[in-house]
Amino acid sequence: MKILVFVKQVPDTTDVKLDPKTGNLNREGVESIMNPLDANAVEAALRLKEKHGGTVTAISMGPPQAEDVLKKALAMGCDESALLSDRVFGGADTLATGYVLAKAAEKIGDYDLLIFGRHASDGETAQTGPIVAAFLGIPQITLAETLDIEDGWAVATRSTEDGSEKVRAKLPALVTVCGEINEPRYATPINIMKALKKPRMVWNHGELDADPAKCGIPGSPSVTKRLFEPEHEHVDTVLFNGDEETMAKQFVDMLEAQHLI
Amino acid sequence: MTKNECSGIWVFAEQRGGRLDRTALELLGKAQELKKNTGEEVTAVLLGSGVEALADTLAHHGADRVILARSENLKAYSARPYQKVLTAMCEKYKPSIFVFGATAQGRDLAPRVMCSLGTGLTADAVDLGFDEEGAFVQTTPAFGGSLLAHIAIPELRPQMVTVRAHVFDIPPEDPDRRAEVILEDVSVEADGDYEVMEAVEKVPGGVSINSADVLVAGGRGIKSEADIAMLRELASLIGGELACSRPLVDEGWLAHELQIGQSGTTVKPKFILNVGISGSVQYMVGMQKAQTIATVNTYDRADMFAISHYGAVADYSKLLPAVIAEIKRRKQ
Repeated sequence: MKILVFVKQVPDTTDVKLDPKTGNLNREGVESIMNPLDANAVEAALRLKEKHGGTVTAISMGPPQAEDVLKKALAMGCDESALLSDRVFGGADTLATGYVLAKAAEKIGDYDLLIFGRHASDGETAQTGPIVAAFLGIPQITLAETLDIEDGWAVATRSTEDGSEKVRAKLPALVTVCGEINEPRYATPINIMKALKKPRMVWNHGELDADPAKCGIPGSPSVTKRLFEPEHEHVDTVLFNGDEETMAKQFVDMLEAQHLI
Repeated sequence: MTKNECSGIWVFAEQRGGRLDRTALELLGKAQELKKNTGEEVTAVLLGSGVEALADTLAHHGADRVILARSENLKAYSARPYQKVLTAMCEKYKPSIFVFGATAQGRDLAPRVMCSLGTGLTADAVDLGFDEEGAFVQTTPAFGGSLLAHIAIPELRPQMVTVRAHVFDIPPEDPDRRAEVILEDVSVEADGDYEVMEAVEKVPGGVSINSADVLVAGGRGIKSEADIAMLRELASLIGGELACSRPLVDEGWLAHELQIGQSGTTVKPKFILNVGISGSVQYMVGMQKAQTIATVNTYDRADMFAISHYGAVADYSKLLPAVIAEIKRRKQ
């Protein structure tokens, strides 16, 4: 079985700030890591490989330093990696990103299963997986909380507004996974050493046979007009005072005024 | 499709098992607001089989027109048949704006439709509007809600967006409102490569936190699992539900379903009491639209107080037992 797992390099924080002068992201002192849910995707891929055999290829689109997250994927146990790196890929929205990722899947070919984290911690769109599935014309299972392969079908459970459901999609298929699916493994020193010897491909748009007009900024219908910090409406707070008994009385007066008791 | 050839505001009327998702109605209300700016007609797009009766509900909540695409193969949601039909409808009627609820179904479907139309799709918007130049702009959180982004899709159409549930209110129902109903009997094959094998409905009884009017939420400041019972008791005394911020889920004390915030649920209750929650950006994004906000925290400069109408700088483990006793005394 040939599994492709897609990983993204993201800033290691959800508490980012803007540079007050430039209005751009302040990346100073912020490390880059593998998107946490992509580690769950890698883990899911490795467990399927251990159970059913096959190979796992880790794929990332990004600048040369995105190689770091691929090295991590290899150290966790993936067999090979492909970095999709090209100046023309820069500034891509989800459509242009999905296009390039789908091109990589086509170049590798004969894939059975593509696995994504349900969303990335920076943009949080949760779109790239379904877009790649649409480009490739294959079925998808989003939000998987369990995943297995049975008789040529990917079988997963997923949560919806109504409860949970067990679904299956015939291979080749694409699955996006939630954090509940597993606990990602750590890379062991031996695997980190082994990772250095594994094949690491780097592909540009020419090698992917990707149309530059569909990549990066030219291929992106969406534009980010402005990034800003949320403003909270400041309200005048009525503070309760005194000892606990007194505060409790004021508190319950307030609950009464709100018609809660 | 380009902007000159497209007009109209479309709302995806998500139905599951013949019941409309609340986002369909919430978005119709917002679409009517957008219409005031552009004058474009509001269309609800409904896919299914035997769901004709829902067209009236959509009309009563703001649809000027309902396009109902009917096929036995659309009865239950499946990504690829829905993708095909919605793509075909868009190509036929050429809408300018197309909004979906950011539900399990909306998030599964909208990216695929966007891909077949080759247009843009903004994810998980928390507001929609127009900028000074009249461009349609979607406000969407990034980095766990630490930042907000304004996204626009300047040239290509439709401008697609998924919108979080509970961000907009369901508009009041007007039983006299009528809509033009267009029936499209479509021919689409079922997806033989995708199958729902089993569906387990949520155990009834528990009210989900996003439909509760009153919430008592605990956070990092909660000292022990035993104190959860106290929060639960207070919640039930004031007719509310228990909720939490992320640390209590990470502790394993409460289920993810009860988590408010960017990675949990957005709530908009009439009243929320925050106990031991300092107020991370991610949490506040998830609850700041509550009508009345009360906070109990030992730290007087907790960010939570800035958006709270009522506050007590106190140790909850001393104050709340007194509050519970006082409520019981008054109820007697």
